[in-house]
Amino acid sequence: MPTFVYMTRCDGCGHCVDICPSDIMHIDKTLRRATNIEPNMCWECYSCVKACPQNAIDVRGYADFAPLGHSVRVLREEEKGTISWKIKFRDGREKNFLSPITTKKWGEGIEDLASLPVPDEEALNSQLLCYEPDVLGYEGGLRELPGELKQGVYY
Amino acid sequence: MFTINPFSELTGFISPIAMQVYVITMVILVVGGTLLDTVHKKSAKYFFLNAEKAKAAATKSLSGGEKASIAFKTVAEDVLTSGEFCNPRRRVAHLLTMYGFILFAATTAIMIFGYTDSATPAILPLLWHAGALMLCVGGYWFWFFIRVDVAAEGNPWYRVVRADLFILSLLATATFGLIWSALQAAGAAGWSTLFFGLFIFASTVLFGGVLWSKFAHMFFKPAAAYQKRVAEADGSRDGLPAPADQPEQFGPGIKRLLPKNY
Repeated sequence: MPTFVYMTRCDGCGHCVDICPSDIMHIDKTLRRATNIEPNMCWECYSCVKACPQNAIDVRGYADFAPLGHSVRVLREEEKGTISWKIKFRDGREKNFLSPITTKKWGEGIEDLASLPVPDEEALNSQLLCYEPDVLGYEGGLRELPGELKQGVYY
Repeated sequence: MFTINPFSELTGFISPIAMQVYVITMVILVVGGTLLDTVHKKSAKYFFLNAEKAKAAATKSLSGGEKASIAFKTVAEDVLTSGEFCNPRRRVAHLLTMYGFILFAATTAIMIFGYTDSATPAILPLLWHAGALMLCVGGYWFWFFIRVDVAAEGNPWYRVVRADLFILSLLATATFGLIWSALQAAGAAGWSTLFFGLFIFASTVLFGGVLWSKFAHMFFKPAAAYQKRVAEADGSRDGLPAPADQPEQFGPGIKRLLPKNY
């Protein structure tokens, strides 16, 4: 569901331009307000929706499964560290979600990887990722699935 | 220079009536341009449709007193102090430009209609120059450093697009006005006439280009700000979720960075 901008709410601050990983949020050349220049290329990551300080960005569902009357709105409250979602379906149902913002500081909340010892040759050639399986929090290595898998179900 | 009414010095070759007709023409151009802009962009239609939608989704109806209080807050916070801006630098630049423009335009009208053929109180030209200077400070600060095209898009300051019509004509009007006044005070007749011509050209583009520029934002932005506040008060909230209460506070919160990663 690509994003679009409510022009009356947008104040052209550029936060969405700055954060968009696909580089498709830009400033309109006529109105100097944000606009999604290429909705087909939107990753639907919702970064701009969450970053907008004016709550000016909404998402538009594809017409085949979310036609008319729905909305996906988000309220990010940085000072509280929370992010709230309100999903309105076209039949009028509403769902509300509240999540913490899990942004952590490098070197404090997130380990400073550069300060860790360089992995040896064996670890570098291993198929495991850096410091796996210890960083996954499992003692004694990766867990194995119990018994045989049920036929027809793929895990 | 700062205490001389530059328009009274002009009466030698432009009659006060001609100046007054020019000012009235500019007012008509602004009113006409704004109305055409509203019809062309269908902004009034959108505004009232949106208001109806918000009313249908409202959880409580607002009394006349509550609406008056919201209108008062909109004027006090969103209009008079540009409270909409989340970036404090943009807010200060906007306030300088806005109050500079109001001072500049109001004193121009007062001096042209009241004091072209009589002694002008020193305060009027002083405010005219102060307004033009405030416009220049706020406007050039915005143009070179704060403008989103430069700050967030990473474009060079000299890249001009249609959205720049308003700010550039506004800056040109104030800048040429100041230069014209300075040259007039210095007695440089030829140069002063040239810059007076540029001043008139820039102001005609500013007021005559309303349909193509964002001049009309000074009329519809307050309406949008009022609508936003009404939507918050009546519970429709433009479809936004209510503020978090469970948990009301999660962790220490985060600090927003300026969008300057280009």
